[in-house]
Amino acid sequence: MELISYQDEGQFVSGHVACGGCAEALAMRVILNTVGSDAIGVVSPSCSAVICGGYPMSAVKIPMFHTTLESAAASASGVKRALVAQNKPDTTVLCFAGDGGTYDIGLQALSSAAERNEDILYICFDNEGYMNTGGQKSSSTPLDAVTGSTPAGKTTRKKNLIEILAAHRIPYIATASPSHINDMRAKIEKAKAIRGTKVIIVLIPCLPGWGVADNAAVRTARKAVEAGVFPLLEIEDGVNYRLSVSEKGDSIESYLKEQKRYRHLDADHIARLQAETDFEWRRLQQRVADSPARNP
Amino acid sequence: MDMRANARGVLLSGNQAVAYGVLLARPDVIPVYPITPQTPILEQIIELHSEGRMKAELLTPESEHSAMSACIPASLTGARVFTATSSQGLLLMHELLHYASGARSSIVMCNVNRTPASPWGFWPDQLDSLAQRDTGWIQVYSESPQESLDGVIQLFRVAETANIPAMICHDAFYVSHAVEPVEIPSQLTVDEFLPPFKPDIRLDTTLGRSFGAPADQRNWNNTRRDLDAAMATVPDLVSEAGRLWGDLTGRHYAPLEEYRMEGADVVIVTMGSMCGTVREAVDAMREAGVKAGMLKVRLFRPLPMAALRQALEGVPCAIVLDRNYSPGTGGILHQELKSVLFNMKNAPRLHGLMAGVGGVNVSPAKIGELVAQYRDKEPQVGAIWVD
Repeated sequence: MELISYQDEGQFVSGHVACGGCAEALAMRVILNTVGSDAIGVVSPSCSAVICGGYPMSAVKIPMFHTTLESAAASASGVKRALVAQNKPDTTVLCFAGDGGTYDIGLQALSSAAERNEDILYICFDNEGYMNTGGQKSSSTPLDAVTGSTPAGKTTRKKNLIEILAAHRIPYIATASPSHINDMRAKIEKAKAIRGTKVIIVLIPCLPGWGVADNAAVRTARKAVEAGVFPLLEIEDGVNYRLSVSEKGDSIESYLKEQKRYRHLDADHIARLQAETDFEWRRLQQRVADSPARNP
Repeated sequence: MDMRANARGVLLSGNQAVAYGVLLARPDVIPVYPITPQTPILEQIIELHSEGRMKAELLTPESEHSAMSACIPASLTGARVFTATSSQGLLLMHELLHYASGARSSIVMCNVNRTPASPWGFWPDQLDSLAQRDTGWIQVYSESPQESLDGVIQLFRVAETANIPAMICHDAFYVSHAVEPVEIPSQLTVDEFLPPFKPDIRLDTTLGRSFGAPADQRNWNNTRRDLDAAMATVPDLVSEAGRLWGDLTGRHYAPLEEYRMEGADVVIVTMGSMCGTVREAVDAMREAGVKAGMLKVRLFRPLPMAALRQALEGVPCAIVLDRNYSPGTGGILHQELKSVLFNMKNAPRLHGLMAGVGGVNVSPAKIGELVAQYRDKEPQVGAIWVD
């Protein structure tokens, strides 16, 4: 095992109320430390809003504005414009939202902010469902996953938000995982230096929602990356694709086995999911190969 | 030369007048979404902005919901924030209207009163904003373009002092599109009247304060007690702003306006553009020997309860004209007046008439007929359709 030494900047402190073993707290810590103190946060109702802490306590050092579920990108736009009007254009405006607040109810406001290329850093903590309300499906829930509202497994695919965002041609889109924190940190640093709309989707295996063991969140996230289910990528200007982890393993089975939400799947189902994953991986490879930056 | 005022009026519609009021208030951020019949406000603001006269950050999002979502935290940073909407747009904002007052933002918004669908209609009717009466916004109803311009500037002062968002409402077309001579005050006058906005509690990296984190029952309850205490200061703030503005411009304003109420034995109580029509009707009735007067409710939220009781005490008959219909109860101003006058000695007989709902025209002559018809009648509990 390789140990990573991590220099904490004290931007996210103990006393937060994440579930024991939740990787979202780890991701928030890395993100907040990397963003630093010259930042204002906007958070919509989600696990991250709860993790920040209830009034009058806050586990987050920067000021946070808690907004409504569908409004993170719109409220962040308002904060940024107000800072610009007050001659503070360099302050980072950081958004935290869940997948419900991003893929579903918040997509309209996010699309609009992206179309206007608002100068915000939008983080979606993607735990593939409404996990803070007890585990219902969202449009980010993957095919076949069991949730409270898909008891027999979801019959449709996970929404491909990354390509929807890429179609907006915003300067920066990335995916990140709590299993690859150096990669996450590098992406935050890169995004922070770019003016315009930046969106980073962070995979967060939900311990109760996915049926993952308390000590297995990071391992599960790592397996999602390694199996190619959740590729770590960057997209610049909506067209230049780059993979941070450019190889994938042959099988998704080890990833699925970590989770109770896929426990009902038989070999045929697993083979179908494997074929879906392989197909998407090949499409992604093609996008990387076709990127204008590689074909000047 | 008088540096304080542009002595000659210019011809402006109510919506253009609002935009000029906004210009003079020196806003920092304006998130706004178009909707008929508010759009000329947006267009005039964008014109002033593109001419370089207005320096605000303009934000044109995909919906009124996002516009208000942007307004709230922008205001909380200490920026001066304006927006405008109407009807469906205001209704789409409803969730955020509660949020804006709960977070104690100081936004000023113009709502152009228009019928809410269904069916579709674009007509003057005040149900859209009256239905927001429980959202914790200050509400002022304007009768004319001049009053809308003056009102925007006064409301910034009130909202930024009380830390409560404020809405100035004017009727579709009757005020929004009607063109009248409007006196545009000088920048000097407005700067003297309206100090810069600098709230002590704000979203600021040097302060580290957060807004809106989950609160327990007691703390949530306390936020509403604090809001209530702040709301209680608003009638006086509105009076003070109206007085000071009057001293600077010669145009005085108050939460209520009494028109020819001396010795009146029948008083018409109403809001918005209907007041202009009622003035004419009152003049005609006075000429014919009928002792009629008008009580204009300019400040509707918070309702100036003490002032309303004082104004109507001893008046034999009051007739409320409501250009709105709340299904199940009737006219909203009528309901409010009934509760204000309850248990008052020498309260007037109070009639509630729904006149002009959906933008139906109500003429001065019609108002005269209604007064003749109802002034000596015993009032009904419910409201009556009269148009």
